[in-house]
Amino acid sequence: MRYGETGYNLEIDLTHGSIERVETDPKDTELYLGGLGTNAKILWDRVPADVDPFSPDNILIFSTGLLCSTPAPGANRTIVTTYSPQTLFMAYSMMGGVFAPELKFAGYDKLIFTGKSPKLVYIWINNDQVEIRDASHLKGKGAVETQELIKQELNEPDAQVAAIGLAGENKVWMASIEQGRSSASRLGVGAVMGDKGIKAIAVRGTKDINIAKPAEFYQLCNEVLQYIKFREEKPVPGVMPILAGLGSPQEMKHIDEKWHTENFVWGNARERRKNFWTKEIEEKWNKTQLTARKRLISCYNCPMKCGAIISLPGMSTYMMKCFSKLTYAMAAYVEDLDFGFRIAQRATEYGVDGFSTPQAMAFAVELYNAGILTDKDFEGTDAYEACPKDNAGRFYWLLDRIARREGIGDVLANGTYWAAKAIGNGAEEYAHNNIKKHEQLPLKLGMLNPVYYLMYSTGEKMNITQIEGQFPQSPFPTMEERLDFVKDWIQVPDEKFKKYLLDWEMRGEFANPTYPTPEIATDIVDWQEMMHFIDDALGMCAGLSSFPLKPPYHIHNYPKFISAATGMDMDQEKLTEIYRRNRNFVRAINTRRGLRRADEVPPADHWKNRFPELEAKLLDTYYKFKGWNNDGIPTKETLEKLGLGFVAEDFIKSGILKDDAEDGSAKENK
Amino acid sequence: MDEKKKKKVKTIKIDLDKCNGCRACEVICSAFHANPPYSSNNPARSRVRMIREPIKDIYVPVYAGEYTPAECMGRDKYIIDGKEYDECAFCRAACPSRASFKEPDSGLPLKCDMCEGEEEPLCVKWCITDALTYEEREEDIEEEPKAEDVEVGLSSMIDKYGMDKITDALARMSQKG
Repeated sequence: MRYGETGYNLEIDLTHGSIERVETDPKDTELYLGGLGTNAKILWDRVPADVDPFSPDNILIFSTGLLCSTPAPGANRTIVTTYSPQTLFMAYSMMGGVFAPELKFAGYDKLIFTGKSPKLVYIWINNDQVEIRDASHLKGKGAVETQELIKQELNEPDAQVAAIGLAGENKVWMASIEQGRSSASRLGVGAVMGDKGIKAIAVRGTKDINIAKPAEFYQLCNEVLQYIKFREEKPVPGVMPILAGLGSPQEMKHIDEKWHTENFVWGNARERRKNFWTKEIEEKWNKTQLTARKRLISCYNCPMKCGAIISLPGMSTYMMKCFSKLTYAMAAYVEDLDFGFRIAQRATEYGVDGFSTPQAMAFAVELYNAGILTDKDFEGTDAYEACPKDNAGRFYWLLDRIARREGIGDVLANGTYWAAKAIGNGAEEYAHNNIKKHEQLPLKLGMLNPVYYLMYSTGEKMNITQIEGQFPQSPFPTMEERLDFVKDWIQVPDEKFKKYLLDWEMRGEFANPTYPTPEIATDIVDWQEMMHFIDDALGMCAGLSSFPLKPPYHIHNYPKFISAATGMDMDQEKLTEIYRRNRNFVRAINTRRGLRRADEVPPADHWKNRFPELEAKLLDTYYKFKGWNNDGIPTKETLEKLGLGFVAEDFIKSGILKDDAEDGSAKENK
Repeated sequence: MDEKKKKKVKTIKIDLDKCNGCRACEVICSAFHANPPYSSNNPARSRVRMIREPIKDIYVPVYAGEYTPAECMGRDKYIIDGKEYDECAFCRAACPSRASFKEPDSGLPLKCDMCEGEEEPLCVKWCITDALTYEEREEDIEEEPKAEDVEVGLSSMIDKYGMDKITDALARMSQKG
C-alpha cells in the first residue's frame, strides 16, 4: 500500500483515445516528492527539447501534490505543467480549489495528456471509470458556464470540473484553466489544453488516502490549525495589511485600496496614479464591493477566505480572488469598481489571465495613442462593430477581440512581447514589463532591492508572488521593531537570517542596494525559493507557507509532515536536497530549451536606480551558490551530486556542457 | 420520586453565514472514523456533508442521522432569502434517494456519533471559521410517560381499527411476551 499518494497516474492519449492507469515508481517520490518535482521528471523524460508547445508531442499534466487529500490544511493545489507557447519554457501554473483533492480521491496522483483530440472533448473521471466524451455542444461556452453544464449533464453535483473558455479554445497565449474559485492562469496552459481539444475535465472520487503514521499526522495538523488561529489574532505589526496576515492577498476582504491603487503602476503604465483614492471613490467602491460580494470562500480544507462569490444584477455569478478586481479597471482608467467586477466576469468566462490580459489591452491603447496602431486596427467588420471611444467600451471591445482572436486581438493574444514584435514600428518600446517574454506584476520602484533583483531575474515560475515570501520586503525602521520581529521567527532555516534582518537599514551602507550583499541576498532568495519548490511538490498553497511572513508551514515541520504522511525517512537536510534537485531539474529543462543568462533580465524601468556592476555580481554570486556556470547552466558536478547525472550526460551530448571545460560551459552554444 | 432524571443534549450550532465552504469538517470526520483513527481519510465516508452549490451561494453542512429504508412520499424545496435549497438539503437521513451518508464501497449507512470520547466533535474543532460551534445542555426527562399521552395515541388507533381489533391485538402481543 502507498501512503500519502495513490501510486497511480492516469494517462490519456487523445490522438488514439486510449486511457491507461499506470503505477508509478515509489523511487520517484523519494527523489522528487511529487507535484512539480515529478512533473519535471516526466517532462524531461518524455518531451524532446525542440518540441513545439502546440505539437501533439507536447504533454499536459494535471498533478496533485504529495500532501493533497491528506488532512493537512491547505494542501489542495493542482500543478499544471506543459511547455508554454509564450515563453517556450516549462510552464507550471497552479490552481487551488477542489480539483486536486478530488482527483486523488478518484485514485490518481496525476493526469497526463498526450496527443491531440480530433474534436472537442471533455474527460469524465468517476473513480475507475474514465470516459472521453463529446464536447461539441460546449464549444464557445464560458469557462464557468461549462463547469455547471457538465455537472448538470452528468447529474453529479459533487463532481469537480476544470474548464477552458473561448480563449482556451482559440489558443490565446494568456488563456487560463478555470475551476471553481481558482484558475491556472499564467503562461498559456489554457491554450495548450485548447490545442489538445480538451474543453473540460470532470472528476469525482470516493476512495481513501492512507496515512502512514496517523496519530502523529493528526497532531501536526492540529498544531498548524492552532498556529493559523494565533496568526489571525496576531497580525505582523509594521507591515502593510496584505503582508500582515496569512493567505493570498486578501483582496476580497479588504475594501481600502489606497495602497494598491496608488502604488502599483497598473495596466501597462510607467507612472503611479497619485491621489487616486479619493473619499468619493472610497465610498462608491465600498458600496459596490459589499453589494457584489455574496460570501467569502476558501479552497478545499483551508480556513482562509481568499476568494469570494461575486454577483451583480444582469450578469451571471462567478468567483474571484486576488487582484482581478483592480487589474482591468485600473488598466482601463475607469474609476468604477462595478466595471472592474463586470469585465472580470466576462474575462473569467472567456478564461484569460487577469494579469497579462489587461496589460496587453492597455498596451494596445498606448500604441494607438502613440500612432503605432491606427483607427484601421480598431475598425469593425461584418462580425463585430468598431471599437467604441470611451475607456470602458474600448476595454470590453479589446477583451472580445483577444478572446476571439479577431483583428488586432489576434496579435495581442500572444502577449505584449510577441505582439510588439509583430506590430513593429517602435512597438517594442511599449512592451516594457516582461521577463522571459512574460508579463510581470506592474510595479515600478525607486531603489534596486538586491533580493528582488535576483528573484525577478532568475525565477522560472515567472511571477514574483510565486517566488517571494518569508523575508520582509523592506527593512524595519527601528531596532526595536526588528528585535520584536525576530523574537518568534521560528520559520528561519538558520539563525543567520535573523542577523540579516537586524542589520538591514533604511539608509547607508547597510541599506539597498549594497545590503543585503550579493552573498546574503543569495542566501535569502535560496530560502524563499526552497519553500516555494517544496510547496509546489507537496501541493500546498503558498498562502499558508511560502508566500506570507511567518507561515504555519516551514522547513522545520515539513519533514515531519512528509514522514508522517508517507512513512519516508525525512529531515531538514534531506528535504533541502530534494529542493535542490527539483530546482536544478526545472532549470535544466529550461536550459535545454535555450534559457541562458541573457534571458535573466528584469524590465529596464522596474527600478529607477540601477547598478549594472552590482547586478552582474548578484547574478554571478547566485549562479555560483547554485552550482551553475556563469551562463546560468547547472554544472556536471552539481547535477551528478544531486543524482541528475543523466541530465549532465544529455547536456554534454548536445553540447550545452563540455565534458572537460573548467566551468563546464560551452560558450559557443549560447 | 421527586428527583427528575437529567439527560445531556449535544448540539452543533451551524452558522451558514460563517461557512467558507472548505469542507474541513468532512475531512476530519472521515479521518477520525477511520480504523485506526486518522489512518485514512475520504470525505465520501464523512458523517457530515457539505451541500455545496457555490454559484448559488449555497453552503449547508448536514449531519448524518437515522437510516431510513424508504424515500419520503414527497420532497420539499426551501427558498430562503431568494435562494432555492435543493430537495433534501437539510435532511439528515441516510436514504435511498441519495448517495450521502453511505459507505461508498459497502453502501452501509453512516450516522454522526458526535465523536464519542472526544472533548467536542472534531468537525467543530477543525472549523476555525466558527461556522460550527458546540453546545451541551442538560434537559429534564420525565420518568414515566403520562397516561393521557398513551391514551391519545391509542384512541386514534381505536378510531381507525375499532376497539375489538385493538383489544385482540393487545391480548395477542401480551401472550407472546
